[in-house]
Amino acid sequence: MSDALPTPRRFPLTAGLMAGVGGLLGATAVGWLGLPPNVALLLSITVGVALLAFALGRVMGWSDRWMVIAIPLGWFLVFFLVPFFVLGRISLSEAIIARPPYSPLWDTAPDGSIEILASLQNYGFILGESLYRNAYLSSMQVAAVSTVFALLIGYPIAYYIARSEEPKRSILLLMVILPFWTSFLLRVYAWIGFLRREGVINNLLLWAGIIDEPLVMMQTPGAVYVGIVYTYLPFMILPIYSALEKMDGSLIEAAEDLGCSRLSAFWLVTFPLSRPGIIAGCFLVFIPAMGEFVIPSLLGGSQTLMIGKVLWEEFFSNRDWPVASAVAVVLLLLLVVPIVLFQRNQQRQQEAGK
Amino acid sequence: MKHRLSWFNVTSLTLGFAFLYLPMLILIIFSFNDSRLVTVWGGFSTRWYGALFQNQQFLDAAWVTLKVALFSSTLATVLGTMAAYVLVRAGRFPGRTLFSGMSYAPLVMPEVITGLSLLLLFIAIGLDRGVFTIVLAHTTFAMCYVSVVVSSRLMTFDRSLEEAALDLGCTPFDAFRSVTLPIIMPAVISGWLLAFTLSLDDLVIASFTSGPSSTTLPIKIFSAVRLGVSPEINALSTIVISIVAVGVITASLISKHTIARRQREEMEAGHG
Repeated sequence: MSDALPTPRRFPLTAGLMAGVGGLLGATAVGWLGLPPNVALLLSITVGVALLAFALGRVMGWSDRWMVIAIPLGWFLVFFLVPFFVLGRISLSEAIIARPPYSPLWDTAPDGSIEILASLQNYGFILGESLYRNAYLSSMQVAAVSTVFALLIGYPIAYYIARSEEPKRSILLLMVILPFWTSFLLRVYAWIGFLRREGVINNLLLWAGIIDEPLVMMQTPGAVYVGIVYTYLPFMILPIYSALEKMDGSLIEAAEDLGCSRLSAFWLVTFPLSRPGIIAGCFLVFIPAMGEFVIPSLLGGSQTLMIGKVLWEEFFSNRDWPVASAVAVVLLLLLVVPIVLFQRNQQRQQEAGK
Repeated sequence: MKHRLSWFNVTSLTLGFAFLYLPMLILIIFSFNDSRLVTVWGGFSTRWYGALFQNQQFLDAAWVTLKVALFSSTLATVLGTMAAYVLVRAGRFPGRTLFSGMSYAPLVMPEVITGLSLLLLFIAIGLDRGVFTIVLAHTTFAMCYVSVVVSSRLMTFDRSLEEAALDLGCTPFDAFRSVTLPIIMPAVISGWLLAFTLSLDDLVIASFTSGPSSTTLPIKIFSAVRLGVSPEINALSTIVISIVAVGVITASLISKHTIARRQREEMEAGHG
């Protein structure tokens, strides 16, 4: 391998080769994806400028560091940060029948003065209307209850896996990860066949003579809880497992030698040490569950009010983009606090790991 | 660590796994049901698999989904690896906090917000919705997953290898290509697989960013499922579940084999 280490002199050749292959791939991609010509032009200019800057940096002897930072940073800025500004801007306008269906933020009057049209009326509307308030509150409740259930079910599983020995541990871990790789939509769909009026559970209970009438399980809040816990369970198990796995087993032995019962050793030693995992798991379940759309719309009924579903309907059915944007901004604000906390926690863990 | 497990642990484990797997098992069984009534057993049959492969709409949607997944996962792997490298190796630079915030936030952001805000961006800049816009959207959220996977590998490997390459006259780019990249390759590959699966699976973001001519498979499945349970979807699910199961088990066997081989080589090198 060592003689294959490239010298800086080979660089122009490598770069030329890479640019050629990249160009070929790009051309195929453009044809295949059916891009409009102006977008294709824009893309090739961007790539060209980037390559030119890279080559220029080489010749001038600048560090590559800035290129490596600039590319992902630029992507995040354009496709993650800017969209939020667009979202915020549209939430301040009014729905009109036009293309695009929202009003401008200012208008130039004939005498040249600028009239500001932006207003906070969409936010006033959302906060005043009980439908939206209830949707936020019930989303929070559903997410919180599901998180607690996921923790109660997930912790013992994570604990058991962390305590088992190879190869059992790998197999169990694989069994937790496997559903995560399987289509989420199809796993939610699987529950419909389970919970329906003529579904597996009802048929089984009727056959066993436990019930006379089929139970109503679909389109109830209960079905939504089951769906969310089921879907997000691996997100709870994995962080707890990785926290428990790192734990030193001799700590428990020491606690027991010092007279702790097994239960109190668990409460005093294991549980506190697994806290970072519990916190991470709870965030990973709570935050996506809060904005969940697929589960309440497939398993829940019309009385299940969740904000993700409200936003979806506001956008796709009512076509009121400004109100949908305002709903999204409020949801975002409700979640920013937990996300910042999560980030802090993550950083602390990273620093502790060093 | 000694394993002493109570009946409580074993029961909760069994119930937990039953909860995870029973619905899928029932789904697979009923995909071989001859009856159209999905809950009444009418004998073994594979007719729904045949019907599925005759359904042109599903096949078209599957093709679009595959195209999107291939492009977005590849792009996300390149960008996500760069992002991971920046997070772990680039040290301090102005905007670092913003950078790391933006690389974690999409992981937990509700999909409805990501989808809506990207759609509004595409409309604001006048980009027609289609396969291309879904690729851009999927790349954006999948690169964060790639970045997490790759940066956890970057954090654990011995930095002195890179430094040795630099001391021997490599430029940073060459050192990355011939030392760092081969070492982090398993993580890059699993990042790609993760990005690919996420893209195949996504319904919400694709619904917002797709155009009329670019319906993906999850969008198609969702509209079919909303109307009720259908045996064709059961057949489709069975195919998806089997592909995933075979893929994940193979990948884990390969990675175990590689780790075992590396350990053996290290042992031999240590003794020799």
